[in-house]
Amino acid sequence: MESLLEGNSLFRWTYCLLAANEGNSGPGPCGETLRNGLLPAGFEWVAFLIAGLGIVMLLINAFLLLVMLYTYMERRLIGRFHNRVGPNRTGPFGLLQPVADAIKLLTKEDLVPAGADRLVFNIAPVLMIVPVLLVLAVLPFGENSFLANINVGILFVLAVTSMNALAMFMGGWASGNRFAMFGGMRAVAQLVSYEVPVVLSVVGIVIYTGSLSMVSIVEAQRIPFILLQPLAFFIFIAGSSAEMNRSPFDLVEAESEIVAGYHTEYSGMKFGMFQLAEFGAVLVTSAVMTTLFLDGWNGPVLPSHLWFLLKVFFFAFIMIWIRATLPRLRMDQVMDFAWKFLFPLSIINMFVTAVEVLVWNEPTLVQLWFMVGINMLVAIVGVVVFSLIFSRKGISPPRRKMSV
Amino acid sequence: MPLKTEPITVNIGPQHPSTHGVFRIRVTFDGEVIIDVDPVFGYLHRGSEKLAEERTYTQVITLTDRLDYVSSMTNNQAYVLACEKLADIKAPERGMYLRVIAAELQRIASHLVATGFLVNDLGALATPLMYCFREREKILDLFEMLCGARVTLTYMRVGGVFQDAPEDFWVFLKRFLEEMPFHIDEYEQLISENEIILMRTKGVGILSSSTAINGSVSGPVLRSTGYSWDLRKADPYEVYDRFDFDVVVGEQGDNYDRYKIRINEMRQSLRILNQCVEQIAPGPVRTNSPLLFRPPVGEAYAHVESPKGELGFYIVSDGGVAPYRFKIRSPSFINLTILRELVVGLKLADMIVAFGSIDVNMGEVDR
Repeated sequence: MESLLEGNSLFRWTYCLLAANEGNSGPGPCGETLRNGLLPAGFEWVAFLIAGLGIVMLLINAFLLLVMLYTYMERRLIGRFHNRVGPNRTGPFGLLQPVADAIKLLTKEDLVPAGADRLVFNIAPVLMIVPVLLVLAVLPFGENSFLANINVGILFVLAVTSMNALAMFMGGWASGNRFAMFGGMRAVAQLVSYEVPVVLSVVGIVIYTGSLSMVSIVEAQRIPFILLQPLAFFIFIAGSSAEMNRSPFDLVEAESEIVAGYHTEYSGMKFGMFQLAEFGAVLVTSAVMTTLFLDGWNGPVLPSHLWFLLKVFFFAFIMIWIRATLPRLRMDQVMDFAWKFLFPLSIINMFVTAVEVLVWNEPTLVQLWFMVGINMLVAIVGVVVFSLIFSRKGISPPRRKMSV
Repeated sequence: MPLKTEPITVNIGPQHPSTHGVFRIRVTFDGEVIIDVDPVFGYLHRGSEKLAEERTYTQVITLTDRLDYVSSMTNNQAYVLACEKLADIKAPERGMYLRVIAAELQRIASHLVATGFLVNDLGALATPLMYCFREREKILDLFEMLCGARVTLTYMRVGGVFQDAPEDFWVFLKRFLEEMPFHIDEYEQLISENEIILMRTKGVGILSSSTAINGSVSGPVLRSTGYSWDLRKADPYEVYDRFDFDVVVGEQGDNYDRYKIRINEMRQSLRILNQCVEQIAPGPVRTNSPLLFRPPVGEAYAHVESPKGELGFYIVSDGGVAPYRFKIRSPSFINLTILRELVVGLKLADMIVAFGSIDVNMGEVDR
């Protein structure tokens, strides 16, 4: 409990509004100045609970509204990329389209296939959406605005987001559908593989910052890490779009191959929850990327929260752009890309960063720009060399002749 | 300890996003690798051949529209050519030019659909498809000027075409011919050099020339194997012998060649269209032969190079107003017979692409 009350968090502010009272002696979590809470002494736990639940409710609902906005944005932008208009009939500019979608999904029949494992089938959508919401706990949304500044923030994010592989496999397996099973199998293979380069790409940042806390990572960015760690950024955006099943890595729900992959058999709001989790994952990943690579909430003139949102939607736009442009890779190519391309590159990035930190322990701004130069060079050379090797290997795959 | 594995059988289709209609393939997988395929046809069977025996020769034209519904013009063309052979009617020159213009526009439209859906099968979220359909719309607008319909056209008649093209048609056709090369370049920029598409299609689904010939495959699929066979050159019908164009051939017959050959054929079609616009002279578009006619007893077979391959109509007449027997040699169906040779040993994702690159139309397969 005490660790949650450290720093200037929203949580601490609410807690102190309710619970700080005369009975608290000495410099408690609420400090010297704030001493008049609304609740009598002895009810600190109620304040703790209300502060926690209230802020969680606020955060989740605000986030879901943002996801709604994002789905609208994605559909409109994809429409523009497709040379068509996109939804524009529901409300002004079609802004109420997500509401219409939600109503449609809620009123649809909720089918469970006869061959399904009912319990697992019903749990899977919930398990899919929970990790996305859990990540919100450690994200700094603006200056002094975070639910908890735990000292293993980025580790928590990585650990929690890797849970959706399990949800996908559960959904795919429990459906009792062979397309869904293909989707589940692909999900496990792909998501577990891409976890490795993503984690290793973050290690570079952690080595430089010396901390796993999201807030300290933002505070340590004298230059945005997108410049200081270009290779890590590339690996992170490629790896995380693979983990979110967005093209060119959308094999798990490849429409032209396996219908809808692991959620083929889902209908109604369960399907809606999978979709919500996927769209939410884009926003959350954009937020994590903003925190790690684009200097978090920092920015001139505008308020910090607005800067954060702008940066998040900037990354979301890039993801929509990629999705509208690129075709899909094949399963073996996806695995090759993870293990033969991203994995060695992330090791190189980690090694280079470690050596740099060893040489310049407390870098001045000039030395920092020098590091930017070196890392840029390493990134370009690494990507070019590996893509040459990879593309030569990628073409003409082995043709397996088999007999039953 | 090795795990015990066993192959699984999956029904791909009849309801599946990328079976281009209602086609069903029973596929046996070992993991993701295909070890056996078993195509099942007939979900779109409408009995066109039998229906034709109950209708007059002119009425049958509407049935041919619905065979390959993305290239109605060439279906019309093949059918009326067969009828003309049977009844010994010769269409006037302007009529034949208009037929060639319509057929070549239809070829471009059909190849646009094929290319768009191929890239869609590759997983590109419909963006190239929408770009291809943008130009197809213009062709459909041109068809609307010709005959008032956009998809099921019934433009051609035995002994010519239904009506002459309006004045506006030539203006819009010329504008289309000017714009289209740039749009084809645009597709090539989007697709031809895309690294992912190269990785996915180059060297995948290789079809050898001999397999293709043994399966009596025709059209772009045959030409992609490097074998030059185009009925417009090999057995010129209408006025094709007056045009200067090349038969495009591929190199090794992989998925990429089958895509590329369609792009290049669109360019050749544009060449033919340009020559048509130059050569066409005023005159009647249709002979004065009656629409209800009784051809002499006998039989006739006429074939054209449809966008999918050799489309042939075999008609037997007993001297009545309707065909006694009506047989369609549909290129989609015959091209599909090599599917097994093409995809066994590939992965699921490549099978979808190989199937898409053959460019079948289920309306024509099941008839």
